[in-house]
This record gives sequence, structure tokens and C-alpha cells, in this order.
Amino acid sequence: MEQQPLIPHLFRTEYSKIVAVLCKRFGFDQIEIAEDIASDTFLAAAQTWPLHGIPPHPVAWLYHVAKNKARNWLQRESVFRHKVSVAGGAGALGARTVSGSDEQDIDLSPKNIEDSQLQMMFAICTPAISPEAQIGLSLRILCGFGIEEIADAFLSNKETINKRLFRAREKLREEKISLRMPGVREIDERLATVMTTIYLLFSEGYYSLSQDITIRKELCFEAMRLCRMLVENPLTNKPAVNALLSLMCFHASRFEARVGLRGEMVLYDDQDTALWDAALISQGGYYLHRSASGEVLSKYHLEASIAYWHCIKEDTAEKWENILQLYNRLLQVEYSPIAALNRTFALAKANGKQAAIAEAEKLMLTDNHFYYTLLGELYTGIDNKKAIAHFLLALYLAKTTTDKQIIQKKIDAL
Amino acid sequence: MDEFMLIMRHPDGKKVASPEQMQIWMKQTMDWIGGIAAQNKYVGGNGLVFDDSRVVKPKNVVTNGPFGEIAETIGGYMIVRAESIDEAVEFAKGCPVLQGEGNSMEVRKIAKRE
Repeated sequence: MEQQPLIPHLFRTEYSKIVAVLCKRFGFDQIEIAEDIASDTFLAAAQTWPLHGIPPHPVAWLYHVAKNKARNWLQRESVFRHKVSVAGGAGALGARTVSGSDEQDIDLSPKNIEDSQLQMMFAICTPAISPEAQIGLSLRILCGFGIEEIADAFLSNKETINKRLFRAREKLREEKISLRMPGVREIDERLATVMTTIYLLFSEGYYSLSQDITIRKELCFEAMRLCRMLVENPLTNKPAVNALLSLMCFHASRFEARVGLRGEMVLYDDQDTALWDAALISQGGYYLHRSASGEVLSKYHLEASIAYWHCIKEDTAEKWENILQLYNRLLQVEYSPIAALNRTFALAKANGKQAAIAEAEKLMLTDNHFYYTLLGELYTGIDNKKAIAHFLLALYLAKTTTDKQIIQKKIDAL
Repeated sequence: MDEFMLIMRHPDGKKVASPEQMQIWMKQTMDWIGGIAAQNKYVGGNGLVFDDSRVVKPKNVVTNGPFGEIAETIGGYMIVRAESIDEAVEFAKGCPVLQGEGNSMEVRKIAKRE
């Protein structure tokens, strides 16, 4: 019975490795074959292990079975192509066969696994497919998530996710994506897309509307795992990648503190700092330190530094002045409504509420409930009538029950 | 939406401010830029260093400048997005450079490349 949790665990860690290696060996256009062989391998494990006991080296067992299945497929493929070419009477057709190479072994060495997985990451994270498709495929192929788990994370259903992943694979095939590392000249540009996808994957878990806390946490940790792979490879160990990892560590450190006993959101000011994860905070500090080289100050550097200051609970003038200046710079690098709102909140802390109100009224983010929540906060204690009016607008615009509850609490307090 | 350049002009570039004063101005300038960027209206900008600048004139005449016989010099510039010159002027009004006596902000629409 004890083998029950082992297979899901191995599936999560080994499925993506087997798929990446096989896909690299077969070519990207055979990705579904690679996925099928990996799945069949785990099916074989699920069928034989309970009967014969867990093998002494479960991972080696899986690799061995996957290799055999892959070899069989390559052989069949070779025979088929050979016959087709003979039947077609054109010997030249045989040029694009896999024969001759099928004596080569399937290389499941740590080095080839790592290379294949990184190359797979670059293949999937491409602007050729939508960000949702990139995240979906990443979860399936790089993180070994089941279709149902992906559907849960996206608040969607299995059919929709299956269709989305199918279309994404088709598109990648059309684009003739191949598994290889980008050259030195294109690496930064390609890496930028990979980092965007990783950060989106993290945010999907961190801010998801899904009630399933376990899944949300796993999304965050998978994003961090993928980023760690980049940091551990000399070719992709760039300052901005370290900054992104640092940023995610700092955010993740508050994961326990930001969700209450009944699954409700706990706002930053009300969080129990004892629940902050000190180990993750120190890891965040480590990667932030490692990110401080080179000449490019990326948005990840700025966001990581902001997250660093948020890990210091004391409300000092220095803290908010630093956060304000970091937001000032972040907005120059990349505008986003949420950064604009957070910057205005920091402005209130650093320069006072009056100054912040004047700036807030210029933002005109009138379809955003956070905008009215911020205005409500700023007017609280200065003009409570106006504060209530803004909170009511926020309540009207808010979509989730969690957001509505938070806003209602603020109105009740006035 | 057009782009406008806000040009910071100083009557005398040789005036030196104290480090404390510089620090205050720096914060005010960063807050000013941040406020414009928070409205998604910031395009770019830079300060121009006074030290070791040159003025090149016809016939390969190079002088240490930009000062000398010219009354004014440029301390920096910023490019913003704005619906109208009036909106750009509103942005310029917030620039801390205007706290200095005699300083001014010139607001110019950037010619569109067709």
C-alpha cells in the first residue's frame, strides 16, 4: 500500500524529464508520441509495482521501461518508413527516416535530461502561442500536471484545456519549433519570454481565484523550480533570472500568512509575521544579492527589491521612501495599473495622504475596483463621507466574494 | 495622443547646489517623474551633465560650454505622452526645476515621422 503516494510523486518529477528527452530524440513534431510513451511507462509502473513490489531503483526502472518503449517505437517507425519508401518505389524517399540512428541509445543521463528540459522550456515559451497556451503546455510538459489539475488552476474544464493544449502543439509544429538552445545573440530576447511565462505561472498560483490552495501553491513552487533550473545553467544564469527567482521567493514567503483559516485573504497589514517563511526570505535575499551584477536593471530587479522591503514588517520612513522610489523607477521601465496604484499607496506612506490623493485622482483607473479601494483608504480619516462613497464604488466593481468581503469590512469600520 | 518634450532650462548652469539640496531635488524629481509614469504618460528622459561640456561652432571652433555668451542652458529633458499642449504644460508645472529662480520649462511638440 505504501507505493500509492510514490507513483504520483515520481510522475511529477520524472514524467517531464522522460518527455523532454524523448521529444529531443524524436523531434518536436513527435511530441505526442513522447508524451504517450511517458504516460505508458507510468501506466506500466502502476500495473506491475503493486503486484511485484516496488523495484529497488524506481527511477532507473522507469527510465529502463521508457527506453525500451522508445526503441520499439523507433524500430516500428523505421520499418514503416522503409516499407513506404519501397512501396513508393522511390529509394530517395528514405532520406528522412530515423533508421541508422535507432542504434543510438536514448540518453537519460542527468546532463541530457537537464539540457532537454531547458530546450523544451525555450520551445514552449515562444510568442508564437498565447501566454495561456504557454502556461498550459508548461504545466503539462515541464511540470507533469494532469489535465484536471490544469483545469482546476485555470477554473476551466478538461475539454477546454485539452483543446487549448492540442491547438498549441499544432501551432508549435506549424512553426517548426525545434529543441535546441538559443544562440548567444538571441538568448536574452528568448529568455525574456521564458521569464514572462514563469512569472505568469507564479502569479496564476499566487493570485488565482481557484479555491484549491494546494494547487495554487504547487503552481508557485513549479514556477520557482523552473526558474531555479535557469539559474543553475551557466548559459541562462543571468542577473534578471536571479532577480525573478528572488522576487518569487519573497512573495512565496508570505503564502501561509496571506490566507486565513477559512481560505479568506489576509491583507498585508493584518498578516501574522510569525507565519512568514524565514527560509524563503533568506533565499530571496541570496538571489537578490546574486542578481546585483551587470548593467541592466530589469523590472524583476525592481520588483524583487520592492518585495524585499515588504518582508520588513516595521513601518519606517526609510522603508516607504525606498518602496516609493522603486515604484517610481518600475513605472518608468514598465507601466501597469497595479504598479501605479501601489506607487500611490507608497506615496501616501512617504509623503502623506494629501499628496497621494492629488496624485491618485489623476490616475483615472475608473474601471478598477482597487482604484476606488485605494481612494477610499486615502480619504479615510480625512473625509470619511468621500471614503465611503469610494468604497461603495469599489464594492460595485469588485467581482470576487473575497474582494467584496474585504471592502465591506472597511465600510463597516467607518 | 502626441509626444511632447519638456525641456528644463537654467539661466546659469554654473550654480552649484549643496549635496543636501541636491538630495531634496532628486527625490522631488523622481516623485515628479513617477507621478507622470503612474498615469502611463512617461516616454523617456534624462539629465544633462554640465561638467566637461563643449559647444561646437562653424569652422571647427570648439568652446567649453554650453555657457559663456549664451544666457541659458539646458539641464535635462523629458518626453511625455499628452492629449494636448495644455496637458503637457500641466506636467511641466510640477517639475522641481521651477523652484529655482529664473529657471523655466520649455514645452515642445515632437514632430511625427511620416
